[in-house]
Amino acid sequence: MPKQLIRLVVNGEGHEVAVEPWWSLLHVVREVIGLTGSKEGCGTGDCGACSMIVNGRLVTSCIFLALEADGAQVTTIEGIGGDKGLHPIQQAFVEEGAVQCGYCIPGMIVAAYDLLRQNPRPTLEEIRYALAGNLCRCTGYTKIYQAVLRAAEMMGG
Amino acid sequence: MRPFSYFIPASLQEALAIFQREGEGGRPIAGGTDLVVQLKEGGHKFPYPRYLVSVRRLPELRRLEWVEGEGLRLGAAVTMAEIEASPIVRERYLALAEGARVVGSRQTANMATVGGNLCNAAPSADTAPPLLVLGAKARILGPRGERLLPLEEFFLGPGRTVLEHGEVLVEVLLPPPLPRSASAYRRHTPRQCMDIAVVGVAAFLALDEAGEKIAEARIALGAVAPTPIRAHRAEALLVGRPASPEVLGEAALMAREEASPISDVRGSAQFRRYLVGVMTEAVLEEALSRARGR
Ligand SMILES: Cc1cc2nc3c(=O)[nH]c(=O)nc-3n(C[C@H](O)[C@H](O)[C@H](O)COP(=O)(O)OP(=O)(O)OC[C@H]3O[C@@H](n4cnc5c(N)ncnc54)[C@H](O)[C@@H]3O)c2cc1C
Ligand code: FES
Ligand code: FES
Repeated sequence: MPKQLIRLVVNGEGHEVAVEPWWSLLHVVREVIGLTGSKEGCGTGDCGACSMIVNGRLVTSCIFLALEADGAQVTTIEGIGGDKGLHPIQQAFVEEGAVQCGYCIPGMIVAAYDLLRQNPRPTLEEIRYALAGNLCRCTGYTKIYQAVLRAAEMMGG
Repeated sequence: MRPFSYFIPASLQEALAIFQREGEGGRPIAGGTDLVVQLKEGGHKFPYPRYLVSVRRLPELRRLEWVEGEGLRLGAAVTMAEIEASPIVRERYLALAEGARVVGSRQTANMATVGGNLCNAAPSADTAPPLLVLGAKARILGPRGERLLPLEEFFLGPGRTVLEHGEVLVEVLLPPPLPRSASAYRRHTPRQCMDIAVVGVAAFLALDEAGEKIAEARIALGAVAPTPIRAHRAEALLVGRPASPEVLGEAALMAREEASPISDVRGSAQFRRYLVGVMTEAVLEEALSRARGR
């Protein structure tokens, strides 16, 4: 089969990409579109470093086939905070010292963003559950959870 | 991943036609949370597919619908997140909501489908024991027409089902719950999330009109046999007997005998058997207290 053309909107910007059926959405976003904020940790859906929001649903883009994103609206970390300035969730992570090496953080922020848009005032338990699919090898999570609580406050949830 | 072709049909008819046209070597794909990982890592119990047919958006597989007098029609491509959030599932088939809730992370639950969970046929599949105790039937469509099977007859072994080439699991049908009945599912895992069941237990109990004796009972066990299984002998010990702690305890001991677990990284056979006893008793108690609350 020749490559197939897909159209997708990433962070509000339209793209047309020719993809192989076995390419993941993560591959397309990083290697073709060139947005490298999303990371590949495991490649098998276990770590959450590649988290994106596709048509309103948080997914692990490393096991989400690019062809299935044809026509989709995609939000990556670059669509949450960027050159315009930090998103309040990112600001809270900085203020709480929730970042060490940083590799897991884009995925954490996207997952936290997805949580706060559905549940603006989550409890600690709800945060732990919502972020269970995001692994961090550095921080021990406590400061990450504190940062999400703080972000909820900052965002006036 | 090695190359494969990919088809995204617009209807079930078209999907079945693709399997006919393309011949052997094709597989359905739904959320891909098992299949894509297996194609990346190996670990699939079938030859590397030549082509995949996406079923995750087929309208026939996307239904989640209560039909008066018939029960629940649960499309194979309904996701774990959708099941868990469904008021009708929570209200009438709580064990299923409890099974769907523990599958992976939020990310996984947004992609993973109930049909994929069943067709992947892991002995530990978290929606299998709930669906077994809820009396599920599987509706399958393929080149030879339609088949409607009790879910018990669907699983053949680890990673193996009755599905043949070109067949698609369309939906699962659940009968309406009996009066004074309830269900429950629990699994044991070292971690609360992102883990695979060491043992999973589901139970369904219906009480008689006086609310004293057990009118119907079903128990299903995950991760303790080559497929998810019913514990028929334990169930038989419950039916017609008073809903007392002693009777539930007897059934739990029998369920232990019915399990045939193996030892692996998640636990020894002995530990699993022990867990079946403890957990069956607890899950029966939970189902009983829920049934009494109705
Ligand atoms: C990080 C992670 C955590 C997980 N945690 C759990 C867990 O806690 N509990 C658990 O039970 N599972 C877990 N899983 C496994 C997986 O998510 C589930 O089994 C899921 O329900 C599979 O559904 P899917 O739609 O992704 O299936 P797919 O991967 O799309 O398909 C699985 C198999 O079923 C076949 N298939 C799919 N749909 C159909 C159909 N309609 N008709 C015929 N054949 C079909 C495919 O050919 C394939 O062989 C986890 C997976 C990941 C990646
Ligand atoms: S890279 Fe996708 S979940 Fe780990
Ligand atoms: S900060 Fe290093 S992995 Fe999370």
